[in-house]
Parts: sequence; C-alpha cells; structure tokens
Amino acid sequence: MPHDHADHDHLSPSGHPYRKDQDAPLTHWQQMEIALRELLIDKGVTTAGEIQNQINAMDSRSPANGAAVVARAWTDPAFKAALLADASAATREMGFDIGPMNLIAVENTQAAHNMIVCTLCSCYPRNLLGLPPDWYKSRAYRARTVKEPRAVLAEFGVTLPDGMTVRVHDSTADMRYIVLPARPKGTEGMDADGLAALVTRDSMIGTGLPLAP
Amino acid sequence: MSARVTVSARMPIGHVRAPAYLRGKTGTIERSIRPFPDPERLAYGQPATPVMLHRVRFTMADVWGPAAENPDDTIDAEIYETWLSEAPDAP
Repeated sequence: MPHDHADHDHLSPSGHPYRKDQDAPLTHWQQMEIALRELLIDKGVTTAGEIQNQINAMDSRSPANGAAVVARAWTDPAFKAALLADASAATREMGFDIGPMNLIAVENTQAAHNMIVCTLCSCYPRNLLGLPPDWYKSRAYRARTVKEPRAVLAEFGVTLPDGMTVRVHDSTADMRYIVLPARPKGTEGMDADGLAALVTRDSMIGTGLPLAP
Repeated sequence: MSARVTVSARMPIGHVRAPAYLRGKTGTIERSIRPFPDPERLAYGQPATPVMLHRVRFTMADVWGPAAENPDDTIDAEIYETWLSEAPDAP
C-alpha cells in the first residue's frame, strides 16, 4: 500500500484520508462578525468589495515594508532623526499607507536592546509590518516578556553583551512600536536595498538581530 | 505630572488599558504623548473625553521587586493620566 493509514474505509481516491470539514457551530464572535458585516452591507455603509479590498491591503503588508524603513534609517541620518522623532510621519513620508497608526521607533544601541510586547492583547504595527506571528499573541510570550525578557531572548537565540540594558515596551494603549536594530558590522559598503535584506521581522520586534552580511 | 508617578491599584470591571501587573507600581514618565479619547468610555460607545497619555518607565525592580530577572532592565507602558498620581519623594 502506498500509505499506511489505519482506517482504509475512509480514504479518498488519492489514498489519503478525507480531511474533516469545519462542521463545528459558529462561535459567538464569529456570529457577531457575520451579523455586523451583513448589516453594514445591507444598510449601505460599506460593500463586500470594500471589505475584501481592505483584507487584500492588509495581507499585502509585510515585514519588507519595515525592512525598507530600517535600511533607510541606517543610510540616511536625517531620515533616522525624523523616524525617532515621529515614526508615523516619517514612514508616511516614505510612501507607506499606515492609516491612522501612531508609531514609535525605539533604537537599539550599544547600551540598550529594545523588545516589543502587548500584554493585554496583540497590538502590533500591522499597518506597516502586516499580521503578527502567532507566538506574539501567545499567553507565554506576553506574560514572560515583561517578567523574564532575557530568558525569552535566549530562547530566540539572542544573547546580549554584559552591561546592555533590556528595555521592554508594552503596547498598552494607542501607540505601536518598531525596533530600529543596530546596523550590523561589515555592512559599510552596502546600499539600502542590500541592507534591507538583512532586516528580519524578529529584529524589528526585538526578539532577533539583523542577519550578518 | 511629576516625573515619578504611581499607577492606581483600583481593579474596576470593564475595558481598561492599564495592565493589572503595573497597578500600584511606581515609575518615571518617559514621555507624554498627547490626549486620546478615553478608551474606558469609547469601548462602550459613550462620549469619550480626551485623556492625556503618558509613557511610564518602570524598572524590573519597581515591578517585580527581589524576583526581578535583572533589576535595571525596564518596562515602558502607556498609561492614561486618569490612572496616575504623583508619587511621594523618591525613597
């Protein structure tokens, strides 16, 4: 037999078991979402097309946007100053549509390493970086990052030099955060496009460092 | 607001953006941002007066005491002014 599944009565013609459909009843919040969406469409407040366009716009956002911002800050001192003064204005000026998001950029230096968390829910700079990774929303990451950030960093493979302070930023209210990582050594001759390829999503959350060139 | 502030220890029911683990803790205002509509009213569709939002920096020692992983590391959190009071002079 090509496959060794226990119950051969329920195999598809391909030899694989049929995948279970999602037959569980809708949850309360799934019902509420559908009801609200249908009401908004019925009353002409929005259209199914507009909702889909917004979903597509959100799905098109990715950490590559943030990487371009970081690489420009590494190569353009005036932009870096503007980013640290008002990250929302600076990223909009670069051409990113971040909607109403209030963004703060926090800079990693030789003295301090920054980490972002949202202990209350899952606040994340989605309008720039796209959707957060699943672990960012987990209770373990949210609870542990404010209690033992160095242990969390170690599990991400990040060990900081002695004497470096860890600064955790809890997105408790209206602001969203992006870490401006330190530019890696050995990148002196690189342009912004090359540098952007070194900027990982995790390096902008603070659970990672940029790649080495 | 003074530089040293204490987060109220009250525990109301409802939508609140002051995390429980920081209530009753004392920190230092890192920066004051600007007023935002009060989320505790906004969440219920009530008229929401703007409330000043501050970023308060706590040391791990401020928050966790002797259990701190590293006492000089910090947590910055955004706390509405309605939750803050001036702290007594530094110990």
